[in-house]
Amino acid sequence: MAKRNTKVDVFTVDGVGEHKKKFLVELLRQMTLIRRFEEKAAQMYGLRKIGGFCHLYNGQEAVAVGAISALDLKHDYVLTAYRDHGHALAVGMEPNAIMAELYGKITGCSRGKGGSMHMFDAEKHFLGGNGIVGAQIPMATGTAFAQMYWKKVMGEKQTGVTLCFFGDGAIHQGAFHESLNLAAVWKLPVIYIVENNQFGMGTAVHRVSSVEDFEIKATGFDMPGMTIDGMNVIAVHDGIRKAREQAQADETPILIDIKTYRYKGHSMSDPAKYRTREQLEQFQQQDPILVLKATMIDAKMIDDDEYKKIDDDVKKVVNESVEFAENSDEPPVETMYEDIYA
Amino acid sequence: MAEISIRDALNQALDEEMARDERVFLLGEEVGEYNGAYKVSRGLLDKYGAPRVLDTPIAELGFTGLAVGAATVGLRPVVEWMTFNFALLALDQVINNAAKMRHMSGGQLNVPIVFRGPNGPAEYLSSQHSQALQSLFVHIPGLKVASYATPYDAKGILKSAIRDDNPVVLIESEMAYAWTGEVPDEEYTIPLGKADVKREGSDITLITYSKPLRMVLEAASELESMGVSAEVIDLRSLRPLDEQAIYASVRKTNRAVVIDESWPMASVGSHVAWLISRNCFDVLDAQVELVCSEDVPMPYNHRMELAVQPSVEKIIDASKRVLYME
Ligand SMILES: Cc1ncc(C[n+]2csc(CCOP(=O)(O)OP(=O)(O)O)c2C)c(N)n1
Ligand SMILES: [Mg+2]
Repeated sequence: MAKRNTKVDVFTVDGVGEHKKKFLVELLRQMTLIRRFEEKAAQMYGLRKIGGFCHLYNGQEAVAVGAISALDLKHDYVLTAYRDHGHALAVGMEPNAIMAELYGKITGCSRGKGGSMHMFDAEKHFLGGNGIVGAQIPMATGTAFAQMYWKKVMGEKQTGVTLCFFGDGAIHQGAFHESLNLAAVWKLPVIYIVENNQFGMGTAVHRVSSVEDFEIKATGFDMPGMTIDGMNVIAVHDGIRKAREQAQADETPILIDIKTYRYKGHSMSDPAKYRTREQLEQFQQQDPILVLKATMIDAKMIDDDEYKKIDDDVKKVVNESVEFAENSDEPPVETMYEDIYA
Repeated sequence: MAEISIRDALNQALDEEMARDERVFLLGEEVGEYNGAYKVSRGLLDKYGAPRVLDTPIAELGFTGLAVGAATVGLRPVVEWMTFNFALLALDQVINNAAKMRHMSGGQLNVPIVFRGPNGPAEYLSSQHSQALQSLFVHIPGLKVASYATPYDAKGILKSAIRDDNPVVLIESEMAYAWTGEVPDEEYTIPLGKADVKREGSDITLITYSKPLRMVLEAASELESMGVSAEVIDLRSLRPLDEQAIYASVRKTNRAVVIDESWPMASVGSHVAWLISRNCFDVLDAQVELVCSEDVPMPYNHRMELAVQPSVEKIIDASKRVLYME
């Protein structure tokens, strides 16, 4: 049966758009840092330095980097799920603190208590790192509620927006549907971002969803919707910047479906037999890092040597984070009784 | 007799019951094409197809409630929760609907449904993914709750649960799916509500259920080498609770340690310890001890997470206290 009302336009940007070299080099550096960090995390997981569920971000770098680079983290907030290393790096958390957290060391951002799924940095307005599918969606709606409240009740001039990342699997939780209605009714400045990497664990989107383009769900809540090419970091950045302006100017939540792909298994223990090599390769050909690099070379903003220097620099940063984690102390066992009540 | 894993014992039970009764169906996240997050449902989609094996969206409240509805009109669903941590999203349907329909309808309705999945800590998973949540279910009249830690018990209890006309919550453990043991070739069931003496002894009773059983049996062997004969009771069923089995053992040994991997407040362990104190007061030679998790959310760091949970050492220490061996 033909699907109804499923035609959406995918927002993308050709070439470098209006951006200057310095800014794009920074996006390229951040994405490369995430890629190298994840590769190292996988390696250290293999050596059993890291345990448990470890969900890697390879392939999705443009989403966190593009979106978060459009924010002002003095005022804006970011929440995401357990696949959070990329977001943590993109908000500017120290690679050392993230790697140490993966190692379960006391110098980790969550003092060795959270691990891979629970990166937090309150100062940088990064509120996790949530392990329960969809659980960050109502919370993000709540931080946006506070942003509205600070403005309307407490007279604050500049209060920002909340960016809420979640997966294509999370969109079927009641939490999503309840939250979007609340946000629409109370006009909350929250941007809901579906990181649509085509799978929730081993389940392809079409097997569990009546629609494949999530943008159309916005209609039911009478809020703006948008679809963005998530393999193009410039498109993600420009799209989220526009959305951020709209959320503030029109006092509205926005739902954005960002099409992306995860290269690795769901977590380290998943061999990902449910998809074809061809599909993976098709996305790897639009690799967000390679795409940006090629675009910048075309625009004569960068050459291979310059890129190599960026790559060497981030590799150094990543290696240092491993060294830092290795040399950090285990948390004293008594700290298990800490961080429970305020 | 064949030596199989708990995973395979559960798989056999599901397979046999689905073959026996076409009202039985299985639903949950990744139970079909992926063969189950922990491979308990391996091969069942191939054999029975949809809609008898259903991969659900990640929507615990919705698919659990759907199954409760289907059960109310006569189907016999088995709901697999990927873990009990995620079952928290479905609690309303379990507690307000499944557990209440019979009572609120004055006995007109039955809800023959099984909810099962791994509960309790595994390894390196931090606070949201390492919770032993059985107390939430055990608290609720209208539900039955049971557990198993051997393949024999797993198969027999799951089969009985599927045939039971009430909602039954079954507590499994990720760490125990690979544990092996003997299972008879011929068909059998194990009635709900019955505890099992896993080891006979005369000096002290160690009472436990679910995953800690293995650790408790290890502690019992160590105690033996110290000249102490420990009896090990596996409660298996938590609601109803086989109180007589507990009292019979404690009346023999006069000493009891309860081992429960959940938190101490309002737990199965604390309840059993209270029952013993109250009903065996006249025969007790020492206080009843409870070995449980530290009263903290689970940290990710492995050394800390081991320190949080019961251990052979903690069981032996508690046993020594009630045996005045210190
Ligand atoms: C409430 C809940 N149910 C189930 C799980 C187990 N689980 C973890 S991730 C996941 C798939 C989520 O897929 P998606 O939202 O698309 O995010 P992705 O992993 O693709 O980033 C599942 C089922 C969970 N963590 N929480
Ligand atoms: Mg996904």
